Amino acid sequence: MSSNDPQGYKKTLNSPYTGFKGWIDSRLPLVRMMEAEYLKFPVPKSLNYFWSFGGIAMFCLIGLILTGIFLGFHYKPSADEAFDSVERIMRDVNFGWLIRYLHANLVSFFFIATFIHIFRALYFGSYKAPRELVYLFGLTMFVLMMGTAFLGYTLPWGQMSYWGATVITNLFSAIPFVGDAILKLLLGDFNVGDSTINRFYVLHWLLAFAIVGLVVFHVITLHMTGSNNPTGSEPQSWDETVSFHPYVTIKDLNATIFFFIILAFVLFYYPNILGHSDNYIRANPMVTPAHIVPEWYFLPFYAILRAIPDKLGGVLAMFGSIAALGLLPWLDTSKVRSCLFRPVWRICVLLFAINFLVLMYMGGKPAEGIYVLISRIGTAYWFLFIFVLAPLVGFLETPRQPLSITNYLQSKKA
Amino acid sequence: MSENKTPRRDFIKLATMTLGGVGAASLAIPFITSMNPGKDTLALASTEIDLSPLKEGQSLTVIWRGKPVFIKHRTQKEITEAKNTDLNDLIDIEDDADRVQNDKWLVVLGVCTHLGCVPLGQKTSDIKGEYGGWFCPCHGSHYDTSGRIRKGPAPKNLPVPPYVFLNESRIKIG
Repeated sequence: MSSNDPQGYKKTLNSPYTGFKGWIDSRLPLVRMMEAEYLKFPVPKSLNYFWSFGGIAMFCLIGLILTGIFLGFHYKPSADEAFDSVERIMRDVNFGWLIRYLHANLVSFFFIATFIHIFRALYFGSYKAPRELVYLFGLTMFVLMMGTAFLGYTLPWGQMSYWGATVITNLFSAIPFVGDAILKLLLGDFNVGDSTINRFYVLHWLLAFAIVGLVVFHVITLHMTGSNNPTGSEPQSWDETVSFHPYVTIKDLNATIFFFIILAFVLFYYPNILGHSDNYIRANPMVTPAHIVPEWYFLPFYAILRAIPDKLGGVLAMFGSIAALGLLPWLDTSKVRSCLFRPVWRICVLLFAINFLVLMYMGGKPAEGIYVLISRIGTAYWFLFIFVLAPLVGFLETPRQPLSITNYLQSKKA
Repeated sequence: MSENKTPRRDFIKLATMTLGGVGAASLAIPFITSMNPGKDTLALASTEIDLSPLKEGQSLTVIWRGKPVFIKHRTQKEITEAKNTDLNDLIDIEDDADRVQNDKWLVVLGVCTHLGCVPLGQKTSDIKGEYGGWFCPCHGSHYDTSGRIRKGPAPKNLPVPPYVFLNESRIKIG
Protein backbone atom coordinates (compact mmCIF):
# COMPACT_ATOMS: atom_id res chain seq x y z
CA MET A 1 0.00 0.00 0.00
CA SER A 2 1.48 3.32 -1.04
CA SER A 3 1.26 6.50 0.97
CA ASN A 4 -0.73 8.29 -1.74
CA ASP A 5 -3.47 5.70 -1.55
CA PRO A 6 -5.80 7.02 1.14
CA GLN A 7 -7.79 3.78 1.17
CA GLY A 8 -4.62 1.71 1.42
CA TYR A 9 -4.90 1.02 5.11
CA LYS A 10 -8.13 -0.83 4.44
CA LYS A 11 -6.36 -3.44 2.37
CA THR A 12 -5.11 -4.98 5.58
CA LEU A 13 -8.74 -5.88 6.18
CA ASN A 14 -8.94 -8.00 3.06
CA SER A 15 -9.13 -11.59 4.09
CA PRO A 16 -6.98 -14.28 2.48
CA TYR A 17 -10.03 -16.54 2.62
CA THR A 18 -13.02 -16.81 0.32
CA GLY A 19 -16.65 -17.79 0.74
CA PHE A 20 -18.39 -17.61 4.11
CA LYS A 21 -15.08 -17.89 5.98
CA GLY A 22 -13.79 -14.91 3.99
CA TRP A 23 -16.99 -12.93 4.53
CA ILE A 24 -16.67 -13.32 8.29
CA ASP A 25 -12.89 -12.89 8.33
CA SER A 26 -12.89 -9.61 6.43
CA ARG A 27 -15.33 -8.19 8.98
CA LEU A 28 -14.15 -10.01 12.10
CA PRO A 29 -10.54 -11.15 11.67
CA LEU A 30 -10.87 -14.03 14.12
CA VAL A 31 -10.17 -16.71 11.54
CA ARG A 32 -6.86 -15.07 10.60
CA MET A 33 -5.93 -14.52 14.24
CA MET A 34 -6.71 -18.09 15.22
CA GLU A 35 -4.66 -19.37 12.32
CA ALA A 36 -1.71 -17.12 13.11
CA GLU A 37 -1.77 -17.63 16.88
CA TYR A 38 -2.97 -21.19 17.29
CA LEU A 39 -2.31 -23.12 14.10
CA LYS A 40 0.87 -21.78 12.54
CA PHE A 41 2.28 -20.12 15.65
CA PRO A 42 5.96 -21.16 15.89
CA VAL A 43 7.03 -22.78 19.15
CA PRO A 44 10.56 -23.90 20.12
CA LYS A 45 10.84 -27.58 19.32
CA SER A 46 12.65 -28.37 22.55
CA LEU A 47 9.66 -27.95 24.89
CA ASN A 48 9.22 -30.65 27.52
CA TYR A 49 6.07 -31.66 29.38
CA PHE A 50 6.56 -28.87 31.92
CA TRP A 51 5.21 -26.61 29.17
CA SER A 52 1.88 -28.43 29.13
CA PHE A 53 0.76 -27.15 32.52
CA GLY A 54 -0.38 -23.77 31.26
CA GLY A 55 -2.77 -25.51 28.89
CA ILE A 56 -3.82 -27.90 31.65
CA ALA A 57 -4.55 -24.96 33.95
CA MET A 58 -6.65 -23.40 31.21
CA PHE A 59 -8.70 -26.59 30.85
CA CYS A 60 -9.18 -26.60 34.64
CA LEU A 61 -10.44 -23.01 34.45
CA ILE A 62 -12.89 -23.90 31.68
CA GLY A 63 -14.09 -26.87 33.72
CA LEU A 64 -14.54 -24.73 36.82
CA ILE A 65 -16.60 -22.15 34.99
CA LEU A 66 -18.74 -24.82 33.35
CA THR A 67 -19.43 -26.69 36.60
CA GLY A 68 -19.84 -23.34 38.37
CA ILE A 69 -22.60 -22.27 36.01
CA PHE A 70 -24.51 -25.50 36.58
CA LEU A 71 -24.02 -25.29 40.36
CA GLY A 72 -25.25 -21.71 40.23
CA PHE A 73 -28.57 -22.96 38.85
CA HIS A 74 -29.23 -24.65 42.19
CA TYR A 75 -27.20 -22.79 44.81
CA LYS A 76 -28.77 -20.12 47.04
CA PRO A 77 -26.44 -17.48 48.47
CA SER A 78 -28.03 -16.77 51.83
CA ALA A 79 -27.03 -17.63 55.38
CA ASP A 80 -30.29 -19.50 55.90
CA GLU A 81 -30.42 -21.44 52.66
CA ALA A 82 -26.84 -21.93 51.45
CA PHE A 83 -25.98 -25.05 53.45
CA ASP A 84 -29.29 -26.74 52.62
CA SER A 85 -29.06 -25.85 48.95
CA VAL A 86 -25.60 -27.48 48.77
CA GLU A 87 -26.99 -30.60 50.46
CA ARG A 88 -29.86 -30.54 47.97
CA ILE A 89 -27.32 -30.42 45.14
CA MET A 90 -25.57 -33.44 46.67
CA ARG A 91 -28.73 -35.49 47.24
CA ASP A 92 -31.60 -34.38 45.02
CA VAL A 93 -30.28 -32.61 41.94
CA ASN A 94 -29.61 -35.02 39.08
CA PHE A 95 -25.84 -35.63 38.98
CA GLY A 96 -25.48 -32.74 41.44
CA TRP A 97 -22.94 -34.75 43.44
CA LEU A 98 -20.82 -35.19 40.32
CA ILE A 99 -20.91 -31.53 39.37
CA ARG A 100 -20.14 -30.31 42.88
CA TYR A 101 -17.33 -32.82 43.47
CA LEU A 102 -15.92 -31.88 40.07
CA HIS A 103 -16.00 -28.19 40.98
CA ALA A 104 -14.41 -28.78 44.39
CA ASN A 105 -11.66 -31.09 43.13
CA LEU A 106 -10.95 -29.16 39.95
CA VAL A 107 -9.88 -26.22 42.12
CA SER A 108 -7.25 -28.36 43.79
CA PHE A 109 -6.02 -29.63 40.45
CA PHE A 110 -6.05 -26.09 39.08
CA PHE A 111 -3.68 -25.14 41.90
CA ILE A 112 -1.49 -28.20 41.33
CA ALA A 113 -1.16 -27.27 37.65
CA THR A 114 -0.51 -23.62 38.52
CA PHE A 115 2.15 -24.43 41.12
CA ILE A 116 3.98 -26.61 38.59
CA HIS A 117 3.51 -23.92 35.94
CA ILE A 118 5.07 -21.27 38.22
CA PHE A 119 7.90 -23.63 39.18
CA ARG A 120 8.55 -24.11 35.45
CA ALA A 121 8.78 -20.35 35.02
CA LEU A 122 11.29 -20.06 37.89
CA TYR A 123 13.42 -23.06 36.91
CA PHE A 124 13.78 -22.24 33.23
CA GLY A 125 13.90 -18.46 33.71
CA SER A 126 10.67 -17.74 31.86
CA TYR A 127 10.14 -14.63 34.00
CA LYS A 128 13.24 -12.91 32.61
CA ALA A 129 13.24 -10.28 29.88
CA PRO A 130 11.42 -9.99 27.56
CA ARG A 131 8.68 -12.04 29.26
CA GLU A 132 8.25 -9.94 32.41
CA LEU A 133 4.67 -9.01 31.58
CA VAL A 134 3.71 -12.60 30.82
CA TYR A 135 5.00 -13.45 34.27
CA LEU A 136 3.30 -10.50 36.00
CA PHE A 137 -0.07 -11.23 34.41
CA GLY A 138 0.43 -14.81 35.54
CA LEU A 139 1.17 -13.81 39.13
CA THR A 140 -1.85 -11.49 39.14
CA MET A 141 -4.01 -14.37 38.00
CA PHE A 142 -2.54 -16.48 40.78
CA VAL A 143 -3.56 -13.86 43.36
CA LEU A 144 -7.06 -13.66 41.86
CA MET A 145 -7.23 -17.44 41.86
CA MET A 146 -6.53 -17.50 45.57
CA GLY A 147 -9.18 -14.83 46.11
CA THR A 148 -11.72 -16.72 44.03
CA ALA A 149 -10.94 -20.00 45.78
CA PHE A 150 -11.31 -18.38 49.19
CA LEU A 151 -14.63 -16.76 48.27
CA GLY A 152 -15.87 -20.03 46.81
CA TYR A 153 -14.90 -21.94 49.92
CA THR A 154 -17.17 -19.78 52.08
CA LEU A 155 -20.22 -20.52 49.93
CA PRO A 156 -21.19 -24.01 51.25
CA TRP A 157 -21.61 -22.27 54.62
CA GLY A 158 -20.17 -25.10 56.69
CA GLN A 159 -18.09 -24.61 59.83
CA MET A 160 -14.81 -24.32 57.90
CA SER A 161 -16.42 -21.94 55.41
CA TYR A 162 -17.65 -19.70 58.17
CA TRP A 163 -14.55 -19.65 60.33
CA GLY A 164 -12.20 -19.51 57.36
CA ALA A 165 -14.10 -16.45 56.17
CA THR A 166 -13.99 -14.96 59.66
CA VAL A 167 -10.23 -15.46 60.04
CA ILE A 168 -9.29 -14.28 56.55
CA THR A 169 -11.51 -11.20 56.57
CA ASN A 170 -10.10 -10.31 60.00
CA LEU A 171 -6.71 -10.01 58.30
CA PHE A 172 -7.97 -6.65 57.10
CA SER A 173 -8.50 -5.49 60.66
CA ALA A 174 -4.70 -5.52 60.94
CA ILE A 175 -4.55 -2.38 58.79
CA PRO A 176 -3.80 0.52 61.17
CA PHE A 177 -6.56 3.06 61.93
CA VAL A 178 -9.04 2.10 59.18
CA GLY A 179 -8.89 -1.68 59.62
CA ASP A 180 -12.19 -2.09 61.46
CA ALA A 181 -14.03 0.25 59.10
CA ILE A 182 -12.73 -1.70 56.09
CA LEU A 183 -13.76 -4.96 57.69
CA LYS A 184 -17.30 -3.70 58.25
CA LEU A 185 -17.46 -2.47 54.66
CA LEU A 186 -16.24 -5.83 53.43
CA LEU A 187 -18.71 -7.90 55.43
CA GLY A 188 -21.71 -5.57 55.24
CA ASP A 189 -22.30 -6.57 58.83
CA PHE A 190 -20.49 -6.74 62.16
CA ASN A 191 -19.85 -10.38 61.59
CA VAL A 192 -19.66 -12.80 58.66
CA GLY A 193 -23.36 -13.06 57.88
CA ASP A 194 -26.14 -13.04 55.36
CA SER A 195 -24.97 -9.95 53.46
CA THR A 196 -21.42 -11.34 53.42
CA ILE A 197 -22.34 -14.61 51.72
CA ASN A 198 -24.49 -12.74 49.20
CA ARG A 199 -21.67 -10.46 48.09
CA PHE A 200 -19.07 -13.22 48.27
CA TYR A 201 -21.15 -15.17 45.77
CA VAL A 202 -21.20 -12.24 43.36
CA LEU A 203 -17.48 -11.60 43.83
CA HIS A 204 -16.72 -15.30 43.33
CA TRP A 205 -18.23 -15.02 39.84
CA LEU A 206 -16.69 -11.64 39.13
CA LEU A 207 -13.14 -12.71 40.00
CA ALA A 208 -13.53 -15.93 38.03
CA PHE A 209 -14.28 -13.94 34.91
CA ALA A 210 -11.54 -11.43 35.74
CA ILE A 211 -9.17 -14.42 35.56
CA VAL A 212 -10.53 -15.30 32.12
CA GLY A 213 -9.83 -11.73 31.03
CA LEU A 214 -6.28 -11.93 32.34
CA VAL A 215 -5.73 -15.22 30.52
CA VAL A 216 -6.26 -13.23 27.33
CA PHE A 217 -3.54 -10.75 28.34
CA HIS A 218 -1.27 -13.58 29.51
CA VAL A 219 -1.58 -15.19 26.08
CA ILE A 220 -1.25 -11.96 24.08
CA THR A 221 1.97 -11.05 25.88
CA LEU A 222 3.24 -14.61 25.51
CA HIS A 223 2.55 -14.59 21.79
CA MET A 224 4.49 -11.33 21.40
CA THR A 225 7.68 -12.89 22.76
CA GLY A 226 7.04 -16.53 21.97
CA SER A 227 7.50 -19.40 24.40
CA ASN A 228 10.63 -19.89 26.43
CA ASN A 229 12.13 -23.38 26.33
CA PRO A 230 14.39 -25.57 28.49
CA THR A 231 17.58 -24.04 27.07
CA GLY A 232 16.42 -20.48 27.61
CA SER A 233 17.95 -19.74 24.18
CA GLU A 234 15.67 -18.12 21.62
CA PRO A 235 15.09 -20.10 18.41
CA GLN A 236 17.59 -18.93 15.78
CA SER A 237 15.67 -20.13 12.74
CA TRP A 238 12.40 -21.72 11.66
CA ASP A 239 14.23 -25.04 11.86
CA GLU A 240 14.33 -24.73 15.62
CA THR A 241 10.56 -24.32 15.86
CA VAL A 242 7.48 -26.41 15.21
CA SER A 243 3.98 -25.15 14.52
CA PHE A 244 1.58 -24.94 17.46
CA HIS A 245 -0.83 -27.24 15.67
CA PRO A 246 -0.61 -30.19 15.57
CA TYR A 247 2.58 -30.55 17.63
CA VAL A 248 1.69 -28.61 20.78
CA THR A 249 -2.07 -29.10 20.64
CA ILE A 250 -1.71 -32.87 20.54
CA LYS A 251 1.02 -32.94 23.18
CA ASP A 252 -0.92 -30.68 25.56
CA LEU A 253 -4.09 -32.65 24.98
CA ASN A 254 -2.19 -35.81 25.81
CA ALA A 255 -0.84 -34.27 29.03
CA THR A 256 -4.29 -32.93 29.91
CA ILE A 257 -5.89 -36.35 29.52
CA PHE A 258 -3.29 -37.93 31.82
CA PHE A 259 -3.78 -35.12 34.32
CA PHE A 260 -7.56 -35.52 34.23
CA ILE A 261 -7.28 -39.29 34.69
CA ILE A 262 -5.63 -38.55 38.05
CA LEU A 263 -8.41 -36.05 38.75
CA ALA A 264 -11.00 -38.70 37.87
CA PHE A 265 -9.37 -41.14 40.29
CA VAL A 266 -9.57 -38.64 43.15
CA LEU A 267 -13.05 -37.54 42.05
CA PHE A 268 -14.58 -40.99 42.01
CA TYR A 269 -12.68 -42.72 44.84
CA TYR A 270 -11.61 -40.00 47.30
CA PRO A 271 -13.79 -36.97 46.51
CA ASN A 272 -13.42 -35.50 50.01
CA ILE A 273 -9.74 -36.25 50.58
CA LEU A 274 -8.68 -32.67 49.84
CA GLY A 275 -11.49 -31.09 51.85
CA HIS A 276 -12.20 -30.90 55.57
CA SER A 277 -14.96 -32.97 57.17
CA ASP A 278 -15.95 -30.06 59.46
CA ASN A 279 -17.36 -28.31 56.46
CA TYR A 280 -20.24 -30.78 56.44
CA ILE A 281 -21.36 -29.21 59.74
CA ARG A 282 -23.61 -26.21 59.30
CA ALA A 283 -21.97 -22.85 60.13
CA ASN A 284 -22.31 -21.99 63.78
CA PRO A 285 -21.24 -18.46 64.80
CA MET A 286 -21.12 -19.55 68.45
CA VAL A 287 -18.59 -22.38 68.17
CA THR A 288 -15.18 -22.34 66.49
CA PRO A 289 -13.80 -25.73 65.38
CA ALA A 290 -10.84 -26.86 67.49
CA HIS A 291 -8.35 -26.79 64.63
CA ILE A 292 -8.87 -24.29 61.83
CA VAL A 293 -6.98 -25.20 58.67
CA PRO A 294 -7.28 -23.48 55.32
CA GLU A 295 -7.48 -25.45 52.10
CA TRP A 296 -4.21 -27.21 51.27
CA TYR A 297 -3.23 -24.73 48.56
CA PHE A 298 -3.21 -21.85 51.04
CA LEU A 299 -1.05 -23.66 53.60
CA PRO A 300 2.38 -22.26 52.57
CA PHE A 301 1.05 -18.73 52.85
CA TYR A 302 -0.78 -19.55 56.07
CA ALA A 303 2.54 -20.79 57.49
CA ILE A 304 4.16 -17.47 56.56
CA LEU A 305 1.30 -15.58 58.22
CA ARG A 306 1.76 -17.48 61.46
CA ALA A 307 5.56 -17.35 61.38
CA ILE A 308 5.55 -13.62 62.18
CA PRO A 309 4.65 -12.94 65.83
CA ASP A 310 2.86 -9.69 64.98
CA LYS A 311 -0.61 -9.20 63.54
CA LEU A 312 0.19 -6.57 60.91
CA GLY A 313 3.64 -8.04 60.25
CA GLY A 314 2.18 -11.47 59.55
CA VAL A 315 -0.36 -10.09 57.11
CA LEU A 316 2.27 -8.01 55.32
CA ALA A 317 4.64 -10.98 55.08
CA MET A 318 1.93 -13.17 53.63
CA PHE A 319 0.82 -10.76 50.91
CA GLY A 320 4.41 -9.59 50.48
CA SER A 321 5.62 -13.11 49.74
CA ILE A 322 3.67 -13.13 46.47
CA ALA A 323 4.26 -9.47 45.65
CA ALA A 324 7.99 -10.01 46.10
CA LEU A 325 7.93 -12.78 43.50
CA GLY A 326 6.80 -10.12 41.05
CA LEU A 327 10.13 -8.30 41.49
CA LEU A 328 12.14 -11.35 40.44
CA PRO A 329 12.56 -10.32 36.77
CA TRP A 330 14.46 -7.22 37.94
CA LEU A 331 16.21 -8.68 40.98
CA ASP A 332 17.68 -11.62 39.09
CA THR A 333 20.85 -10.17 37.60
CA SER A 334 21.99 -13.15 35.56
CA LYS A 335 22.19 -12.98 31.78
CA VAL A 336 21.45 -16.70 31.51
CA ARG A 337 17.84 -17.81 31.77
CA SER A 338 17.69 -21.53 32.29
CA CYS A 339 18.75 -23.35 35.44
CA LEU A 340 20.22 -26.04 33.19
CA PHE A 341 23.21 -23.73 32.80
CA ARG A 342 23.22 -22.08 36.23
CA PRO A 343 24.66 -24.54 38.77
CA VAL A 344 24.26 -22.37 41.89
CA TRP A 345 20.90 -20.73 41.10
CA ARG A 346 19.58 -24.16 40.18
CA ILE A 347 20.15 -25.32 43.75
CA CYS A 348 18.54 -22.12 45.08
CA VAL A 349 15.41 -22.68 42.93
CA LEU A 350 15.12 -26.34 43.89
CA LEU A 351 15.50 -25.37 47.55
CA PHE A 352 12.77 -22.78 47.02
CA ALA A 353 10.46 -25.48 45.71
CA ILE A 354 11.29 -27.82 48.60
CA ASN A 355 10.86 -24.93 51.02
CA PHE A 356 7.41 -24.30 49.52
CA LEU A 357 6.40 -27.89 50.27
CA VAL A 358 7.88 -27.70 53.78
CA LEU A 359 5.90 -24.51 54.45
CA MET A 360 2.81 -26.25 53.12
CA TYR A 361 3.32 -29.02 55.67
CA MET A 362 3.96 -26.52 58.48
CA GLY A 363 0.82 -24.56 57.61
CA GLY A 364 -1.24 -27.67 58.31
CA LYS A 365 0.33 -28.22 61.74
CA PRO A 366 -0.63 -26.42 64.95
CA ALA A 367 1.24 -23.14 65.50
CA GLU A 368 3.52 -24.34 68.30
CA GLY A 369 7.07 -25.44 69.13
CA ILE A 370 9.24 -26.77 66.34
CA TYR A 371 6.58 -26.06 63.68
CA VAL A 372 6.81 -22.31 64.31
CA LEU A 373 10.60 -22.42 64.21
CA ILE A 374 10.67 -24.28 60.89
CA SER A 375 7.99 -21.93 59.49
CA ARG A 376 10.22 -18.98 60.42
CA ILE A 377 13.27 -20.49 58.73
CA GLY A 378 11.13 -21.23 55.65
CA THR A 379 9.75 -17.69 55.58
CA ALA A 380 13.24 -16.27 55.93
CA TYR A 381 14.46 -18.39 53.00
CA TRP A 382 11.52 -17.24 50.85
CA PHE A 383 12.55 -13.59 51.15
CA LEU A 384 16.29 -14.35 51.16
CA PHE A 385 15.80 -16.18 47.85
CA ILE A 386 14.16 -13.19 46.19
CA PHE A 387 15.97 -10.20 47.71
CA VAL A 388 19.48 -11.58 48.34
CA LEU A 389 20.14 -14.73 46.37
CA ALA A 390 18.56 -13.56 43.09
CA PRO A 391 20.80 -10.46 42.69
CA LEU A 392 23.85 -11.99 44.36
CA VAL A 393 23.98 -15.34 42.62
CA GLY A 394 23.58 -13.55 39.29
CA PHE A 395 26.81 -11.68 39.99
CA LEU A 396 28.88 -14.38 41.66
CA GLU A 397 27.92 -17.50 39.74
CA THR A 398 29.78 -18.58 36.59
CA PRO A 399 27.09 -19.99 34.32
CA ARG A 400 27.82 -22.46 31.55
CA GLN A 401 27.40 -21.36 27.96
CA PRO A 402 23.72 -22.04 27.11
CA LEU A 403 23.23 -24.56 24.33
CA SER A 404 21.24 -23.66 21.25
CA ILE A 405 17.97 -25.52 20.79
CA THR A 406 19.47 -27.74 18.07
CA ASN A 407 22.59 -28.59 20.10
CA TYR A 408 20.49 -29.24 23.21
CA LEU A 409 18.30 -31.73 21.36
CA GLN A 410 21.41 -33.43 19.90
CA SER A 411 23.06 -33.65 23.31
CA LYS A 412 19.89 -35.24 24.70
CA LYS A 413 19.93 -37.85 21.96
CA ALA A 414 23.56 -38.74 22.59
CA MET B 1 2.29 -47.64 0.05
CA SER B 2 2.42 -43.86 -0.29
CA GLU B 3 -1.02 -43.88 -1.94
CA ASN B 4 -2.45 -45.52 1.16
CA LYS B 5 -1.06 -42.95 3.55
CA THR B 6 -3.69 -40.27 3.15
CA PRO B 7 -6.77 -42.46 3.67
CA ARG B 8 -5.08 -44.04 6.68
CA ARG B 9 -4.48 -40.65 8.26
CA ASP B 10 -8.00 -39.58 7.39
CA PHE B 11 -9.31 -42.66 9.10
CA ILE B 12 -7.32 -42.01 12.28
CA LYS B 13 -8.44 -38.38 12.32
CA LEU B 14 -12.06 -39.30 11.83
CA ALA B 15 -11.93 -42.04 14.45
CA THR B 16 -10.31 -39.71 16.97
CA MET B 17 -12.80 -36.96 16.33
CA THR B 18 -15.70 -39.40 16.63
CA LEU B 19 -14.39 -40.72 19.92
CA GLY B 20 -13.88 -37.17 21.16
CA GLY B 21 -17.39 -36.27 20.07
CA VAL B 22 -18.88 -39.26 21.88
CA GLY B 23 -16.86 -38.32 24.96
CA ALA B 24 -18.05 -34.72 24.87
CA ALA B 25 -21.65 -35.82 24.40
CA SER B 26 -21.39 -38.24 27.34
CA LEU B 27 -19.95 -35.45 29.46
CA ALA B 28 -22.82 -33.17 28.46
CA ILE B 29 -25.47 -35.65 29.68
CA PRO B 30 -24.99 -35.16 33.45
CA PHE B 31 -24.79 -31.39 32.98
CA ILE B 32 -27.98 -31.16 30.97
CA THR B 33 -29.80 -33.68 33.18
CA SER B 34 -28.93 -31.58 36.22
CA MET B 35 -31.25 -28.88 34.92
CA ASN B 36 -34.28 -31.22 34.99
CA PRO B 37 -36.43 -31.30 38.16
CA GLY B 38 -34.48 -32.78 41.06
CA LYS B 39 -35.56 -35.72 43.20
CA ASP B 40 -37.07 -33.43 45.82
CA THR B 41 -39.11 -31.63 43.17
CA LEU B 42 -40.34 -34.93 41.76
CA ALA B 43 -41.24 -36.08 45.27
CA LEU B 44 -43.71 -33.19 45.42
CA ALA B 45 -45.25 -34.28 42.14
CA SER B 46 -48.20 -36.12 43.70
CA THR B 47 -50.82 -34.71 46.04
CA GLU B 48 -53.52 -36.47 48.10
CA ILE B 49 -56.81 -34.67 48.69
CA ASP B 50 -59.70 -35.43 51.04
CA LEU B 51 -62.97 -34.71 49.20
CA SER B 52 -65.38 -35.26 52.09
CA PRO B 53 -65.70 -31.58 53.18
CA LEU B 54 -66.78 -30.57 49.66
CA LYS B 55 -70.55 -30.23 49.38
CA GLU B 56 -72.45 -30.40 46.13
CA GLY B 57 -71.83 -27.28 44.03
CA GLN B 58 -68.62 -26.40 45.85
CA SER B 59 -65.16 -26.27 44.35
CA LEU B 60 -61.67 -26.68 45.71
CA THR B 61 -58.38 -25.45 44.30
CA VAL B 62 -55.32 -27.50 45.18
CA ILE B 63 -51.70 -27.08 44.12
CA TRP B 64 -50.09 -29.82 42.11
CA ARG B 65 -46.63 -29.33 40.61
CA GLY B 66 -46.96 -25.65 41.40
CA LYS B 67 -50.13 -25.32 39.31
CA PRO B 68 -53.76 -24.97 40.46
CA VAL B 69 -56.00 -28.00 40.06
CA PHE B 70 -59.77 -27.39 40.10
CA ILE B 71 -61.84 -30.03 41.87
CA LYS B 72 -65.58 -29.48 41.44
CA HIS B 73 -68.36 -31.37 43.19
CA ARG B 74 -70.85 -31.05 40.37
CA THR B 75 -74.61 -30.66 40.90
CA GLN B 76 -77.04 -32.90 39.04
CA LYS B 77 -77.89 -29.93 36.77
CA GLU B 78 -74.24 -29.41 35.88
CA ILE B 79 -73.75 -33.10 35.19
CA THR B 80 -76.77 -33.19 32.93
CA GLU B 81 -75.60 -30.11 31.06
CA ALA B 82 -72.17 -31.62 30.52
CA LYS B 83 -73.62 -34.97 29.40
CA ASN B 84 -76.20 -33.55 27.04
CA THR B 85 -73.93 -31.22 25.11
CA ASP B 86 -73.94 -31.90 21.39
CA LEU B 87 -70.39 -32.92 20.57
CA ASN B 88 -70.61 -31.01 17.28
CA ASP B 89 -70.87 -27.76 19.25
CA LEU B 90 -67.46 -28.30 20.81
CA ILE B 91 -64.17 -26.74 19.69
CA ASP B 92 -62.03 -29.50 21.16
CA ILE B 93 -64.30 -32.53 20.82
CA GLU B 94 -64.31 -34.69 23.95
CA ASP B 95 -67.16 -36.55 25.65
CA ASP B 96 -67.77 -35.73 29.33
CA ALA B 97 -67.53 -39.44 30.12
CA ASP B 98 -63.92 -39.41 28.94
CA ARG B 99 -63.11 -36.52 31.28
CA VAL B 100 -64.40 -37.85 34.60
CA GLN B 101 -63.99 -41.05 36.60
CA ASN B 102 -67.01 -40.34 38.76
CA ASP B 103 -69.74 -38.08 37.33
CA LYS B 104 -69.93 -36.08 40.57
CA TRP B 105 -66.29 -35.10 40.58
CA LEU B 106 -64.59 -33.06 37.90
CA VAL B 107 -60.83 -32.71 38.25
CA VAL B 108 -59.09 -30.40 35.76
CA LEU B 109 -55.94 -28.35 35.59
CA GLY B 110 -56.91 -24.74 36.30
CA VAL B 111 -54.69 -23.25 33.65
CA CYS B 112 -56.25 -21.63 30.58
CA THR B 113 -55.02 -23.37 27.44
CA HIS B 114 -54.69 -20.02 25.72
CA LEU B 115 -51.80 -18.34 27.53
CA GLY B 116 -51.73 -19.87 30.98
CA CYS B 117 -53.91 -17.62 33.17
CA VAL B 118 -56.06 -19.09 35.95
CA PRO B 119 -59.76 -18.92 34.94
CA LEU B 120 -62.45 -17.61 37.30
CA GLY B 121 -65.33 -19.79 38.52
CA GLN B 122 -64.08 -21.51 41.64
CA LYS B 123 -65.88 -19.20 44.06
CA THR B 124 -69.67 -19.08 44.02
CA SER B 125 -69.47 -15.31 43.51
CA ASP B 126 -67.15 -15.63 40.48
CA ILE B 127 -68.23 -15.01 36.91
CA LYS B 128 -68.57 -18.48 35.43
CA GLY B 129 -68.93 -17.54 31.78
CA GLU B 130 -71.73 -18.24 29.36
CA TYR B 131 -71.57 -22.01 29.85
CA GLY B 132 -71.63 -22.09 33.65
CA GLY B 133 -68.15 -23.47 34.08
CA TRP B 134 -65.16 -21.15 34.13
CA PHE B 135 -64.28 -17.86 32.50
CA CYS B 136 -60.76 -16.72 31.84
CA PRO B 137 -60.49 -12.98 32.51
CA CYS B 138 -57.26 -12.53 30.53
CA HIS B 139 -58.65 -12.98 27.01
CA GLY B 140 -62.25 -14.11 27.54
CA SER B 141 -62.32 -17.88 27.13
CA HIS B 142 -65.49 -19.65 28.30
CA TYR B 143 -65.37 -23.19 29.68
CA ASP B 144 -68.40 -25.40 30.39
CA THR B 145 -69.19 -27.59 33.39
CA SER B 146 -66.89 -30.26 32.03
CA GLY B 147 -64.03 -27.77 31.70
CA ARG B 148 -64.30 -27.84 27.89
CA ILE B 149 -63.56 -24.77 25.82
CA ARG B 150 -66.74 -23.35 24.28
CA LYS B 151 -65.99 -19.79 23.30
CA GLY B 152 -62.93 -17.54 23.12
CA PRO B 153 -59.32 -17.83 21.94
CA ALA B 154 -58.26 -20.92 23.91
CA PRO B 155 -57.70 -23.90 21.59
CA LYS B 156 -58.06 -26.84 24.01
CA ASN B 157 -60.17 -28.08 26.90
CA LEU B 158 -58.80 -27.71 30.42
CA PRO B 159 -56.56 -30.79 30.69
CA VAL B 160 -57.42 -33.58 33.10
CA PRO B 161 -54.40 -34.45 35.29
CA PRO B 162 -53.64 -38.09 36.05
CA TYR B 163 -55.44 -39.07 39.27
CA VAL B 164 -56.89 -42.06 41.07
CA PHE B 165 -59.63 -42.50 43.65
CA LEU B 166 -57.96 -44.03 46.72
CA ASN B 167 -61.45 -44.57 48.22
CA GLU B 168 -64.88 -42.93 48.01
CA SER B 169 -63.71 -39.56 49.26
CA ARG B 170 -59.98 -39.44 48.68
CA ILE B 171 -58.03 -38.87 45.48
CA LYS B 172 -54.36 -38.80 44.62
CA ILE B 173 -53.27 -36.50 41.83
CA GLY B 174 -50.07 -37.36 39.94
